[in-house]
Amino acid sequence: MKATPLIGLEVHVELETKSKMFCGCPADHFGKEPNTQTCPVCLGLPGALPVPNEKAIESCMKIGLALNCHINTLSKFDRKQYFYPDLAKGYQISQYDEPFCSDGFVLLDSGKRIGIERVHMEEDTGKLQHVVLEGKKVSLVDYNRSGVPLVEIVSRPDLSSSTEAKEYLKKVHEIIRAIDVSSADMEKGQMRLEPTVNVCLENESGIHYTPLAEIKNINSFNFASQAIDFEVKRQTEEFENTGVEKSATNKTTRGYDSIKKTTFLQRTKEEAKDYRYFPEPDIPPFIIENELIEKLKGGLPQLPDQVIASLTDLGIDPKYAKIIYGSDEALVIINKYKNDKEIDIGKLASLLANKKIDVSSNIKEEYQKATQKGNTNLNELRDVVEKIVADNPNIVAEYKKGKTNVAGFFVGQAMKETKGQADPQTLNQIISDLLNQQ
Amino acid sequence: MKQLHELTIKEVLDGYQNKDFTCVDLVKHFLARIEKYNSKLNIYIALNEKVLEEAAAIDKEIIEKGITRPLQGIPFAIKDNFLTKGIVTTASSNILKDYQPQYESTVIEKIKAAGAIILGKTNMDSFAHGSSTETSDFGATLNPWNIDKLPGGSSGGSAAAIAAQLATVALGSETAGSIRQPAAWCGVTGLKPTYGRASRYGIVAMGSSLDSPGPIGRSVEDCAIVTEIISGKDSKDATTSPSLVEKYTENLYAPDLRGVRIGIVKEYLLAEMREDVKNLILDAANKLRLLGATVEEVSMMDPRFAIGVYTVIQRSEVSSNLARYDGIRFGHDRDTFCDETKRRIMLGTYTLSAGYYDAFYKKAQAVRTKIVNEFDEIFKTYDAVIGAVSPGPALSVGASKNQPMFGEMEDVLVEPSSIAGLTSVGLPCGFVDNLPIGLQVTSNQLKEGTAIKIADCFQRHTEFQLFPDLEKTV
Repeated sequence: MKATPLIGLEVHVELETKSKMFCGCPADHFGKEPNTQTCPVCLGLPGALPVPNEKAIESCMKIGLALNCHINTLSKFDRKQYFYPDLAKGYQISQYDEPFCSDGFVLLDSGKRIGIERVHMEEDTGKLQHVVLEGKKVSLVDYNRSGVPLVEIVSRPDLSSSTEAKEYLKKVHEIIRAIDVSSADMEKGQMRLEPTVNVCLENESGIHYTPLAEIKNINSFNFASQAIDFEVKRQTEEFENTGVEKSATNKTTRGYDSIKKTTFLQRTKEEAKDYRYFPEPDIPPFIIENELIEKLKGGLPQLPDQVIASLTDLGIDPKYAKIIYGSDEALVIINKYKNDKEIDIGKLASLLANKKIDVSSNIKEEYQKATQKGNTNLNELRDVVEKIVADNPNIVAEYKKGKTNVAGFFVGQAMKETKGQADPQTLNQIISDLLNQQ
Repeated sequence: MKQLHELTIKEVLDGYQNKDFTCVDLVKHFLARIEKYNSKLNIYIALNEKVLEEAAAIDKEIIEKGITRPLQGIPFAIKDNFLTKGIVTTASSNILKDYQPQYESTVIEKIKAAGAIILGKTNMDSFAHGSSTETSDFGATLNPWNIDKLPGGSSGGSAAAIAAQLATVALGSETAGSIRQPAAWCGVTGLKPTYGRASRYGIVAMGSSLDSPGPIGRSVEDCAIVTEIISGKDSKDATTSPSLVEKYTENLYAPDLRGVRIGIVKEYLLAEMREDVKNLILDAANKLRLLGATVEEVSMMDPRFAIGVYTVIQRSEVSSNLARYDGIRFGHDRDTFCDETKRRIMLGTYTLSAGYYDAFYKKAQAVRTKIVNEFDEIFKTYDAVIGAVSPGPALSVGASKNQPMFGEMEDVLVEPSSIAGLTSVGLPCGFVDNLPIGLQVTSNQLKEGTAIKIADCFQRHTEFQLFPDLEKTV
C-alpha cells in the first residue's frame, strides 16, 4: 500500500507593531505585569470601538508580498464569534472571505511549490492562567495580549512529509524575520503552528483518503514534525482497522503532547463551532490603492532565497550558502571579501560554514593559515610512509582484507612523524598508492 | 415671564448673561421638579450626585470670565446608554446594574467641553430594544401628556424629560426611530444625525451599522445647537465621517422656504393610518407650501419592506454586540437579560448561522443597498421628504407586551431612513385625542442643515411645540 501524507499548515505570527491592532495599548506584552496594558477597547468594555492599526495592515501585506501573494484591492474585517473566557468581546475581529492577501507560494529547495491560500489579519486573544490562589484553584485572565496584531498564513495541503513541512516552516520563519515585521520568536509564542493532516492511501481497492485532523497550537518546528509523523502513522493504522474515509463531517481537532510525542482528540466535527462570521460593522471596508502595494513591494528587502541565490552565484556551495545566510556575521564577511582576488570565496564560505574559521577572528590571516599547503616533497614523504608501512604489517593486512578505513592510521602516523607539516592531499595519495601496491 | 424650566438653551444663556438667575438656581429648580414628578413618571433612573457642585463651578466661571462656551451651564438629561464617568450607566438592563463606566463617551466629552452639566440618566428600553421603554428592567416611563400612555422609545426617558420639562435639553440615540418616535409621542423635537456624523464611542452598542446619537429638545433651534457640538470625526470611531461639520445654526431663522423642494411620500400615508393623523401631515405639507416650498407627492418603495431588512440586520448585530456580557465580567449572568433582549439575541444568532446567513443577512444587505439607492434618486430632485413619524399617537401602557414586533410596527415610517443612514428631524405637527403627532423632515446624508432649515421654519410659523401641564396630567 502506498501512503502519501497531505499536509497543510496554518501559521500565526504576532506582529511587532508599537501598538495593538485596534487600540493604542503597547503590543509588546511578553513578560509584562498582567493587565497593565489594557484599555476599554481591548477589554471589550461597553461602548468601546476598534480603530484599525494601519502599520499592522501594511505588515500583513508585506508578508503577503514576500510570500508571492496577490493583494486584494477590496478587503474588510469580519467578526468571528465564539465564547471563550479569554475573548473579551465574545468575538474575534478577523477576516473571512476578503483577506488582505491571497494565492501565494513558497518554493522548497527541491523546486516544489507550496501554495499559500491566504494571509489575513486578526487580533490575538487574552491569556488564561490556571493557578492556585489562597488554596483555591482559579482561572485568571490576563488581557495584555488581547488585541495584539496577529497574521495568519494558510498554506494549501501541498506538503507531503514532515521534512517538507519543516522546510516550509523554516522558510516562512526566515522570510518573516527578513522583512522585519516580527522576530517570530517561537519561545515567546510569536509564531504558532497548526498542521492539518490526512493521508492518501493507494491499495488494490483504489485510492482512499483518511479523515482530516487539525493539530492545534504547536510552538516548535520539531514538535510540528513529530506531530505530523505521529498523525500519519496513526491515521494509516486507523484506516487499516476501520476503513473510515474522509467525509464532510468527520474532521477532528487534536492536541499535541510533546512529552509522549502523541496527538490526542480534542473535538469532533459534530462539536465544531459555527463562527457566524459577518462583516465587522465598526470598521468600514478597505480599498487598497495600487500605489500602496507598489510602495510596500519596493520597500521589501532581499528575501532569504534571493540572498542565498546571490551567494551561490559567487561560487558558494548551496549547502554552505544556507548556513552563511543563517549568520549575520558570516554574511558580512562574505560580502566584504567577495571581490578579494587573494581569496577563493567558495573556500572561505566552506571554512566559515564548518566553523574552521571563527567569525570574530582576523579572517584573512585565518584563511591563509587554513589554506596554506604543507610539505609536498614526494620523496621525503614516501620515505616516511614506507617506514610506517614496514613497521605495521598487521594493519596493512587488515587493509588488504577490505578494512580501508585503517588508511587513516597511516595518515595520522605520518603527520606525527612530520610534525604536521605534510600536505594532507599529497600524503593521502602516497599512502593509497603504497597500500595498493603491496 | 417664563419659568426656568421653560427656557431654551439661548434663553438660559441670556439669563446667565443678564444675571437673572444662576446655574445653581436653574439646577435646583430642575431638581425640585424631578423630586416632584419623577417617582410617578419614572424618567430619570440615576441622578448626578455632583450636579450642584458642578453648577457652582459654572457660576464661578461665568462670574470670572463671562459666557465663553456654547452650552455653559445647560442642564442635560442623558439617555442611559451613554457612558458617563462618575454616574452609573446601565442601558436600563439588569446585566449592567450598578455598572460604573471606566471612561466617558465622546459625545459626553464634547458637551461637557462645551460647558454642559448632566442632571441624570434617563430610562430607555433595555439595551434600546424597543419603542416603548416598557422593556426597561427598571419599569416603563409614562407619557407626561397622559400617564396611561407610553412615551415611545427607546429614548423614551429623554423625550419625556423634555416634555415634562425636567431638563433644558436631552441626548438620545437612534437606531431606527429611537429619537424621532418618542419625540413624536411626547410632542417634542428630536434630531437624528446622519450615521457617522456623531461618534458612537462610549455608547452601549445596539445596531452598530445604524446607531446615531442625537439631541431631543424643546425646539429645532436647541437641537441644531447641540448637533453642531456633538458632530465630527472621532479618532476613536472609525465609522465617523471626515467631512467638516457645517454651522447648522446658520440654517435657523429662515424667513421662508422659497426654492426648497420637498417630496411627500404617498406610500408613507399608510392605508391603516387614521384619517386625522393623515390630515395633520397633509396640513403640514400645505403649511410648507405657504412658506414658499414646492411640495410634491413622490412614490417610494413600500416602507414595510424596510422592516424585514432592519429586523435582520439589527438583530444580527445585537446578537454579536451583546456577546461581551458573558457572565464573567460586569457582575451579572446572561440570564439577567430581559425577554426582549433574549429574543433579539436568538433571532440574530439564527440569521447569522451557517446556512442561513445568505438567506437572511446577505439578502437584507442587498435590499438595504436598494433602499439607499432609492433615496439617492429622490434626493437628486428633492431637498427633503416628509411624512408622519409614527402611524398614530402614543399607545397605551402595556401595548408592547407580548408583541415581539411592536417596535418595528410603530417604527415602520422611520426605518427606511435609518437603514439608509439619513438625517431627519422629528417635530410636533398637531394633536389627536389630546396627544401629539410628529412630522419628520428627512434629508440626505450630511444634509443636517437642510432638514434643520425646513423644520425650524415650520416650527417658527406654527404653534405645535406645546408642553403638558403636569399639575393636571400627573
